[in-house]
Order: sequence, then structure tokens, then C-alpha cells
Amino acid sequence: MALSITEACINCWACAGVCPNQAIHADDPVFVIEPEKCTECMAEFPEAQCAAICPVECAIVDELGAALNPPGSLTGIPPARLRALSEAV
Amino acid sequence: MDLPVLSCAASSGGDRTAGGCGTVSGALSHLPEPVRIKVQDHPCYSEEAHHYFARMHVAVAPACNIQCNYCDRKYDCANESRPGVASELLTPTQAVRKALAVAAAIPQMAVLGIAGPGDPLANPERTFETFRLLSEKAPDIKLCVSTNGLNLPEHVDEISRHNIGHVTITINCLDPEIGMRIYPWIFWRNRRIRGREAAAILIKQQQRGLAMLAERGILVKVNSVMIPGVNDEHLKEVSRAVKDKGAFLHNVMPLIAEAGHGSHYGIMGQRAPTAAELQTLQDACADNMPMMRHCRQCRADAVGLLGEDRSAEFVLDKLDFMSIDYDLAMSRRRETREAIIRRMEAGREDKRAPRVLTAETDAMTAIVAEQELPRLPLVPASCRPVLMAVATTGQGLINQHFGHAKEFLVYEASPAGVRFVGHRKTDLYCAGTEQRGEEDEEGRSAASILERTIAALSGCEVLLCAKIGYEPWSSLEAAGIQPNGEHAMEIIEDAVLAVYREMAVTGALAPVRQKYA
Repeated sequence: MALSITEACINCWACAGVCPNQAIHADDPVFVIEPEKCTECMAEFPEAQCAAICPVECAIVDELGAALNPPGSLTGIPPARLRALSEAV
Repeated sequence: MDLPVLSCAASSGGDRTAGGCGTVSGALSHLPEPVRIKVQDHPCYSEEAHHYFARMHVAVAPACNIQCNYCDRKYDCANESRPGVASELLTPTQAVRKALAVAAAIPQMAVLGIAGPGDPLANPERTFETFRLLSEKAPDIKLCVSTNGLNLPEHVDEISRHNIGHVTITINCLDPEIGMRIYPWIFWRNRRIRGREAAAILIKQQQRGLAMLAERGILVKVNSVMIPGVNDEHLKEVSRAVKDKGAFLHNVMPLIAEAGHGSHYGIMGQRAPTAAELQTLQDACADNMPMMRHCRQCRADAVGLLGEDRSAEFVLDKLDFMSIDYDLAMSRRRETREAIIRRMEAGREDKRAPRVLTAETDAMTAIVAEQELPRLPLVPASCRPVLMAVATTGQGLINQHFGHAKEFLVYEASPAGVRFVGHRKTDLYCAGTEQRGEEDEEGRSAASILERTIAALSGCEVLLCAKIGYEPWSSLEAAGIQPNGEHAMEIIEDAVLAVYREMAVTGALAPVRQKYA
């Protein structure tokens, strides 16, 4: 049981500071969660701390690859709007 | 007097705090002496100081604990100039190395601030370690920090231990209903909290932190982002409230929102205020509170005078090749600082009578002071106010070529005096592609840049610069902005005053707005 970080990560360090297990470290190109240390905060907190502070949607995913912060959940920008913008570019 | 005296009008331009008879630092002139001395060399706290003293931000604080709808942080961006953006993150040790290099290369650099790119107090170890190391190695640099306020109360004691004399809190609202339209979430006590509850917690923490800092005698400036239709009217109440809690300066900044920046507001099409809307709000707030109007909303790694950015000269790769004798640098910095303060004081005395700044200024000051001449514009009280744009590279002088200006300072002349009201950013007109039809690397022609510059100067009737080419001259004139290069190297306020008087004489200041010709 461990969470992991995708390339959506912006390397802002926020997660590393709040992880109760010191499971997260800076790496190239993005931060990495060490799976053997990650507990998904099950015992410690009601929410996985990295996912609770991460400012970027889809950067923290569970073992099935499902985003803990899915599109639209943090910015309030409807995913359709983002798609329309990227198609326009 | 060297200029025609029409009539000695009393202060009739309303009771704006920032008005007064041509005082550059009008907004701060009422401050108690110890406070005035504290801010006299701080470019972000004193309008007067920002013409002379430089600042630097070190980007040691990447993490943030809230989301603002106007923010999109970038950590490796050299191009955008706005808060939340930095080219490279620094460790505290790297930040101190950079600070020493900048302090040696730019002796007028007086202040080091930590302002992100995240929230400094969401990165307390990195932030305070930087302050600790720096105060050991460069005790002559003033320290300041800027925060969203969420973690402020728990860090107030540490802030005061590190001798941080200035703190900026960004406060956009007092009402959680408004706050929930600005802040989608906060990270608080191990949870992500959203909506009204999140805004209410943030507001409470900001107000507590402000009161605690004021109790300890730490100067607090409040920054507010003006978001049309969201908090614009509300900011008048914010201004009153933060003054009551002990803030000494309020900086109302315009929202920056472009879709390309990726912020919520940028993508959702929230518009920014116009320059005129911003000035109207700042003037309304100025009835209660001194306003800062010279903020450039700079990057988290900005270096230099407020209008310039020299951060690219001091990236880590380049620091390795710089060797610094800091003791020598410190004595040079002391001399520079003293010379600037002398010059500012002379200039302040000088305001009593308009005169060109010369090498004899110091010697002249005593004579001028004795004469006690009031520096009123001496135009009929019925004259309408006029906005004038100024091209300057600092020192309080009109000393820049129109084509080299990346921004213009805007001054308002009225029967009550001359006051600084803000600045307008532009694209560089003259970047080696001044020929019409030629394009710069981003595909913009000189003609389209000039068009945008003219649009940015809307509302201004006069443009004062050291020099200007024939082509932009005609275009500006056609747009109703009179270029004027006759006051090159003069003190800005004196030149603005002289032009205003000239306009009064030629009848251009009749209460009904008409073109200055």
C-alpha cells in the first residue's frame, strides 16, 4: 500500500514537509514516494497528508493509478474548460 | 520665482492623504519619526526610497499552504514577472551566497525579503535558517518577509527574534463569503479545508497575526489584490480594519490574470481592473490609510530597483565565478547608503522651492530651507488635475529615453500639488527593431508595441522623458499624449509642476477636459 507521484508534480516541496513517515524526497524530474515507507497515512491521519496539501491535480495517485485529487477538484476549473483551452492552442 | 504665478491656491484637491504639496513621500510624511527612519531606505515601504534603494527576494520557500485563485506558481521560469514565479529554488546556504554577491555588486541593495514562490511561513525551517545565516554574515541588510498569514500567529515570536523589522501580509477580505471566491482551499491542521470554512480560518489567522505583530512593534504592510466584482468595493473596509489593527501601509495591487499563466482567474476569464479603476479605489482607501502605489508585484527572486530585474545576473551558475570581500563591500554599502540618505534629505528640503538637482544641492539646502517657500503649484483652484507619465531609471529624475522605458511612473498634478499615483507597464519600444515592419523575436512589430504603450498610458496627457524619437512623438501626440523632452535630468516633481503651470498659463486646464496642445 503506497501512494506515488506523477509527472504532474511541480516540485514545490509541500508534501515532503508534511509526510509523517519521511517517505518523500526530491528527485529528478519530480519528487518520489518511497513505497516501503508510505502508509497512505492510514494510521496517522484521516487524509493522506501529501494529497491533502498538494496544489496540483492528478499528481498523487494510489496503487491503481487513481488520482486522489482528480481534475477540477483543486482549482475549480471545469476539466472541459481546460480541454477546450488546450485544443485551442 | 522662475515660473509665472497665477494665484496662490490653497490645497483644494480634496483631503487625500497622499496629496500634500508635492511631497514625494507624502503618504508616509505623517509617520512618527522612528517609523519614518525605519522605512526610509526600504524601497517596498517608502515611495521615496524606491527611486534609490534596491531589494532582493531569495526564492527559498517553495511550499504553500493555501490556494489563491490568482496564483499559479512556477519554479523554473525566466520570463514572467509576477509573484509566485522564480527561475531556481535556493537552499538557505545558496540564498546567503547570492545575497552577499548582490550586496557587493549593488551597494544600494538595502533589503532582503523572502516572498515565496510559496508561502515563507509554510517553509519555516528554510525561511528562518536563511534569515539566521544572513544576519550573521551581513548584518547591514534589512530583513523582511511576506506571508498569506495562515501560519503567522505561531511564528510571530520567531519573526521578532530574527530582527525582521517588516512583514507584509496579503489580506484580500474580511468576509468569508468573499473569501471563498478567492481561496478554494487551505491546508489546516492536517486537513484540506474548502469553501467558507477555509476562508473564515484564514481571515481569523491573518487578523490575529497582524495584531500580534503590531503589539511587538513590527511594521506591517498589508497587500490586497483588487479583483473586480469580487472584493473591489470590500477593500475600503479592509483598509479601515487593518489600520485599526495596527498596519501602517496598505498596498492595493491590480489582479494579474492571463489565461497563459494558468491561474483559476486567468482561465475563467476574470478581468483585471483598469488603471483608472485601481487609482479610484486607492484614492478612496487613502482617506483612511496611507497607500503604497509603487509596488511592481515582483517575482519571488527579483533583484534590483523595483522597476528593474537583474536576477539573471545572479543565478547560481554565475555565483561560482564571483569572489566577494564582504568587509570591503560593507564599507562601500555604508557610504552609498549615507550618500543616498543625504541626497534624499536634501531633496526633501529642496521640495520647498523647485530647482534642478545639482552638485551644489547640499550647500544650497540651508539657504532654501531658510526661505520656507511653499511648493504649491500656484494655479487657480478651479484647474482640473492632469496625469503625466514619466520615463525614469531611478534617482527621482527624468532620465530615460522613451524607447528604453519598460514602465512609466504616473504623477497627478492638481492645485493641491504633485503626487505619485502609480506606474504603467509597457513593452520595450526600442529594442533594436525600431524600424517599422521589423519584428522582434516574439513576432511583435515596433508599431504594435507602440500602440500597446499608448494604450497603457490611457488617461495620461503628458509624457516626460529624457529623449524621444520622431515617430513615437507623432503617434503619442495624435493619441492626445503630449511628449516632452525639455525637462531631461530634472527632478520629477519639479518638472511635473512646471509643465502643469505651463498648461495653466496656456489655458489647457479649464475644468472641462480638453487636449493639451
